[in-house]
Amino acid sequence: MSAPAAQSDALPQSRIDFVPVLLVVAIALGAFALIGSPSTWVTLTVAGLAMGLLIFIMASGLTLVFGLMDVMNFAHGLFIAIGAYVAVSVMKVFSAAAGADSLAANLGAIAPALLAAIVAAGLLGLFFERVIIRPVYGQHLKQILITTGGMIVAEQLIHVLWGADQLTLLRPPTLRGSFLIGDIALEKFRLASVVIGLATFVGLVLLLNRTKIGLLIRAGVENKEMVEAMGYRIRRLFVAVFVVGAALAGLGGALWGMYQESVTVLIGAQMMVLIFIVIIIGGLGSVGGCFVGALLVGLVANYVGYLSPKIALGSNILLMVVILLWRPQGLYPMSKQ
Amino acid sequence: MIDTLLSGDRPRSRILAVVLVAIFVSLAAAPFLFPGTRALDVAAKVCVFVLLVASYDLLLGYTGIVSFAHTMFFGIGGYGIAIATTRLDPTWGAIAVGAVAALAISLALSFLIGLFSLRVKAIFFAMITLAVASFFAILASQLSNITGGEDGITFKVPELLRPGFRLLEAPLLGVTIGGRLITYYLVFGAALVLFLALLRAVNSPFGRVLLAIRENDFRAEALGYRTVTYRTIANCLGAAVATLAGVLYALWLRYTGPNTTLDFAIMIDILLMVVIGGMGTMYGAVLGATIFVVAQNYLQDLMKLASGAAKGIPLLPDLLHPDRWLLWFGVLFVLSVYYFPRGIVGQLRTWRT
Repeated sequence: MSAPAAQSDALPQSRIDFVPVLLVVAIALGAFALIGSPSTWVTLTVAGLAMGLLIFIMASGLTLVFGLMDVMNFAHGLFIAIGAYVAVSVMKVFSAAAGADSLAANLGAIAPALLAAIVAAGLLGLFFERVIIRPVYGQHLKQILITTGGMIVAEQLIHVLWGADQLTLLRPPTLRGSFLIGDIALEKFRLASVVIGLATFVGLVLLLNRTKIGLLIRAGVENKEMVEAMGYRIRRLFVAVFVVGAALAGLGGALWGMYQESVTVLIGAQMMVLIFIVIIIGGLGSVGGCFVGALLVGLVANYVGYLSPKIALGSNILLMVVILLWRPQGLYPMSKQ
Repeated sequence: MIDTLLSGDRPRSRILAVVLVAIFVSLAAAPFLFPGTRALDVAAKVCVFVLLVASYDLLLGYTGIVSFAHTMFFGIGGYGIAIATTRLDPTWGAIAVGAVAALAISLALSFLIGLFSLRVKAIFFAMITLAVASFFAILASQLSNITGGEDGITFKVPELLRPGFRLLEAPLLGVTIGGRLITYYLVFGAALVLFLALLRAVNSPFGRVLLAIRENDFRAEALGYRTVTYRTIANCLGAAVATLAGVLYALWLRYTGPNTTLDFAIMIDILLMVVIGGMGTMYGAVLGATIFVVAQNYLQDLMKLASGAAKGIPLLPDLLHPDRWLLWFGVLFVLSVYYFPRGIVGQLRTWRT
């Protein structure tokens, strides 16, 4: 995980702070005590993990971009929306395969849809970085304004291209329903989301910790000028990170669209609120924090939604406030802030 | 006299002065100049939004903080009036109770949010306010036994303001002198007074400190000003005026609901108005709100014509579809941020020199 390197004796070694991870486990166990029924608890936990991991997929790019270049993209939700809309269109093309009752055929429809979502969101991200954000590096106020403006325009363009009505994005038959193990019901799509989300997380961690590019990115988050002084073009690296972040948001958007089985242009704006809460909880710029934050938000939303639906809406805000009272800079504060 | 009223902040551009006077006269005489309910609706909305946008400009343009919770305070004002008049009798007392309660809630909330997040970066504040405002919007639509949920609350106003009320038996200059006219002038007068008060605030020593914070908060701090205190006061002041704007809007509509006050789309509208009109110039709020609200109501008719004329050309009719008018304002917004950071007012002032 990209927890900030603590100053240690001889060689700086990143020490992972396990307290927030334990918090996740503690919340899960505490919820078990309150819920009582093991089967309900497992169902809720899987649902929470699925939701959390989908949010993580969408949020990870945003937090990395902020950590690396100090850019906060308020139009990140746009990539989510584009991913979902492109997935709808591609699924329509492969509607025969998507409707068939065989796993292979279904995957043959979903894979191109997800791939197209990733590519479309990535390309849009490239365009966005080059045209919209580039002139406003280092100016926070203008970044917020310009990315919000970009989102307004893009939302309207989505209306022009896809129409203003809500679209349906049906899950293929083999991914509907749930596995029954004893009296525990596990929704198939949620399990698939968990698998994809974990794969993304592991992939990101490996990329950041085991490759040279990852080393440069982490170094850039810590100290941008120093990396530049070493002769690396941090701008190029940043473009790459931005595009990957946008592509991940597109993937997350497509999956979230399937999760909800409907897509409107508001999908991005709705997710943005959760994403902001997650990356604030995690500590702006920290991928590991984003992961833990996303799991916390997903789990708490599902547990509270079951235990007392009345306050479920406020649970995320409440969680954020409590975490910020405990650690004002988020769970994993970045060293430079 | 004029200088005192405007707190010495003259338009500083001949064209701007002419436009401002034209807007002022049109609004002051709106019931007589533009007959019809729709025109009066537009005029009242312009008054309310000038005030709302000016209070937002205090934050964005003068203090340099981006808040996404401005509609929340606008909504608190509207709901305060609506809940008070439906629970109590529709009297002036109930309106006062509602307005005062709404102000108190807004001040407390803005103070808390400010205390919590204004110490850190502008971005952090923007994100927190976005989260809090969206939470508040959901809350308002869920607590339907208090707020009326998605349907909102339709309420009665005091006798004097009701449409059926007649002050004079015979129409004056062809206009009925009744409850609607009185309500309009109440809205207009209150908005005017509050706008001048805001103008006073930004041209006071306090306003100068805000500008200093916007330009360089580190330096302002070094000069001995407590930036957090000033930012928090500006935040509370902006929230209070937004609440009063919400009160006025609710009085005019005799209705409060999520779609007229809390919707994120309104927040976007406010941003567009501030930036296009001109950040950091109170007059920008007047221009921005007037242009935007008039366009919102009349541009669509024009676009319907254009869209019909472009029939047959691919994509163009869709781009010119009346529902897509926000697209063009969005483009204007982005261009404004890049090329005219001081908006229309700033541009007019540069041309003069």
